[in-house]
Amino acid sequence: MNNEKIDQIIDKHHSEASSLIQILLEIQSEYHWLPKEALERVAERLQVPMTRVQHIATFYKAFSLVPKGRHEIHICMGTACHVRGASRVLDTVEELTGIKPGETDLDLKFSLQTVNCLGCCALGPVLEIDGKTHGKVSPAQMAEVLKNYE
Amino acid sequence: MARINSPFELEELRKQILSVRDPNKPCITLCAGSACNASGSREVARSLEEEIQKQGLSSTVDIRQTGCHGYCERGPIIVVGPEKICYFQIKPEDIAEIITETIVNKKVVDRLLYVDPATNEKIVHEHDIPFYKNQERIVFGANSSVDPKSIDDYLAIGGYSALAKALSQMTPDGVLQEVKKANLRGRGGGGFPAGVKWEGSRNAPGDIKYVIVNADEGDPGAYMDRSLLEGNPHAVLEGLAIGAYTVGCSEGYIYVRQEYPLAVENIFTAIRQAEEYGLLGENILGTGFSFKVIVHQGAGAFVCGESTALMTALEGRAGEPRPKYIRSNVVGLWGRPSVLNNVETWANVPLIINKGADWFTSIGTETSKGTKIFSLVGKITNTGLVEVPMGTPIKDIIYTIGGGIPGGKKFKAVQTGGPSGGCLPESLLDLPVGFDELTKAGSMMGSGGMIVMDEDTCMVDVARYFLDFLTDESCGKCVPCREGMRQMLKILTNITQGKGREGDIELLEELAETAIEGALCALGKSSPNPFLSTLKYFRDEYEAHVKEKRCPALSCKELISFYIEPEKCKACMTCARKCPSDAIISGKNLIHIVDQEKCTKCGTCFDVCPPRFRAVTKISGVPVPPPIPEEARTIVREKQK
Repeated sequence: MNNEKIDQIIDKHHSEASSLIQILLEIQSEYHWLPKEALERVAERLQVPMTRVQHIATFYKAFSLVPKGRHEIHICMGTACHVRGASRVLDTVEELTGIKPGETDLDLKFSLQTVNCLGCCALGPVLEIDGKTHGKVSPAQMAEVLKNYE
Repeated sequence: MARINSPFELEELRKQILSVRDPNKPCITLCAGSACNASGSREVARSLEEEIQKQGLSSTVDIRQTGCHGYCERGPIIVVGPEKICYFQIKPEDIAEIITETIVNKKVVDRLLYVDPATNEKIVHEHDIPFYKNQERIVFGANSSVDPKSIDDYLAIGGYSALAKALSQMTPDGVLQEVKKANLRGRGGGGFPAGVKWEGSRNAPGDIKYVIVNADEGDPGAYMDRSLLEGNPHAVLEGLAIGAYTVGCSEGYIYVRQEYPLAVENIFTAIRQAEEYGLLGENILGTGFSFKVIVHQGAGAFVCGESTALMTALEGRAGEPRPKYIRSNVVGLWGRPSVLNNVETWANVPLIINKGADWFTSIGTETSKGTKIFSLVGKITNTGLVEVPMGTPIKDIIYTIGGGIPGGKKFKAVQTGGPSGGCLPESLLDLPVGFDELTKAGSMMGSGGMIVMDEDTCMVDVARYFLDFLTDESCGKCVPCREGMRQMLKILTNITQGKGREGDIELLEELAETAIEGALCALGKSSPNPFLSTLKYFRDEYEAHVKEKRCPALSCKELISFYIEPEKCKACMTCARKCPSDAIISGKNLIHIVDQEKCTKCGTCFDVCPPRFRAVTKISGVPVPPPIPEEARTIVREKQK
């Protein structure tokens, strides 16, 4: 962890407590998770109690307090995807990776997350791996798709 | 870019932009909205640029990458101007042919045209395609002629003229009266009249007031706000600035979901460009009015779409709602009067100012004026964003524009209003869409999600799905929402798993009543809606699950089994090869059997069984027939005799 980088992010927001969420979002996008030291640094610099920082970090879905895998799988569970069979896709991915939503496997290869709508309803069921969208997926394709990630 | 110092200079700039644009020059418009990007629009764009360079046409053809055109099912979409020839599902390898044929030889590429499924005829122009023809795209239509990263494109179609008109020719009170007269109701779901909300803030005491854009579109299955913000961010900014002038604000916020990265990027670009031109910032158009816009990204919490929760999140705290004894347009962000409207509501404002309230009220029903954008998704042929006048019957949206249900399936229900809305059955298809009409039928407008369901969708599962979503998204502040919903979800899950008991439905009704009475905010109060509306119109499905342990739609995993009919199976091995859990007992020339122990019920065998065989069936409520004896399994093929 690099204190300088975190300080830079905090400085960009003029150390304002009202920017707490925005600061944590930027740290999260830098490290893919929120290490405890980072939260402590933010609390100290913004002069906000640690309990409030932790409240924010656990309330919002974008934040993770554990390290993420090298590849992040986001499976869309929006209504449009749901009626087109997203839960069957999720079941298959769980089976293939051995992890449930919110978990990361032991070799830190995949993190699995469900999201509530990616706004690509025409392509449902949709999933996103490392930001790349895969549309109209079926359970049968999943093994093939996941094979491409190391 | 030079600053514009008066409405006159704005018009001069507009003239100048138009004068260098030749309306007859060929222009290739490529849809680069999120859905098209996901289907390969970026690769198409690259190939488009390369090919134009290669053929040396850079100075004779314009390329414009726009936001969403709405017809997401057929993306990536290319429209070749000025004739507006429409090509669908474009791949990078199609580009060379489009440029050689359509641009150079002025011929239409037949194979890329839209084929009308009803008449089998090929349609050349965008405005003749039934999906577009039957809409009235007053808000959304501009998306297809504007590059969201270019303010000049927006100025070319008359952008910011409404702001100039409001600032130079109208008093704040005059604008307010116009918006009130237009009866613009909030497009985010509640349908509260925008003018009344603005007036409340305008009259509230205090010098500092705020206007806020709610772009936290969390409704699963709705993406019109995303597409508007991505495709036409200046329209939202212009509406917001007019609102600020009316209410008397110098600061505005846009609260946008972090899950929509392209929308975030485009809105930042738009603000920067508008500031450079002096259309935002200090002393706008030299009129003395100053207005600054700040973007705040959400961090993924559905409840933050609720007005008081959103304002709490803007303050940098956990987005929990508060009781609304005093409305937030009087005591809102930082305790000051704050007007919060949804993206689509703000985008309507410039139209009302430019064309007048009388024009606006000429569209729509008695109590719902103007148009509404719906996201038409689910089991529907033409998935996409659809804008129609209020009062259009749901049937027209689903069948005339949406093209009906694919795969010869039967229509079952349409879900409107997101997690707070409800399901409408076939008997209500003639219902005109409007705020009050939908509410009366037990559903609601919501932000405009319209999810079509066919006979394969289980309505109990749909209710369970929405409760699962809401339980997950509840902030947990009040007991009816935190505890009541959890119990409802538990009972509904049991029912879908065949563990339902007599009396469950009644208990659910009781819990629903409590949530409606006692929950703190709209998320909790409306949480029982999906359950209540499905129960009202599909009670028999609930009873089949509870009493017969049967799922009539053959959808609930725990209540169905996959079975291969021995007389239909041709031992083709397709299902055996595709089964992800090796649950098919097969062999060459051996009739296949599903190993019920191993089967995870993913349905792959059902999906891949060749349609000419249709050997795999789903059964529910009856035991699976025993596997056929080993000696009867061998198929003797004619050829091998």
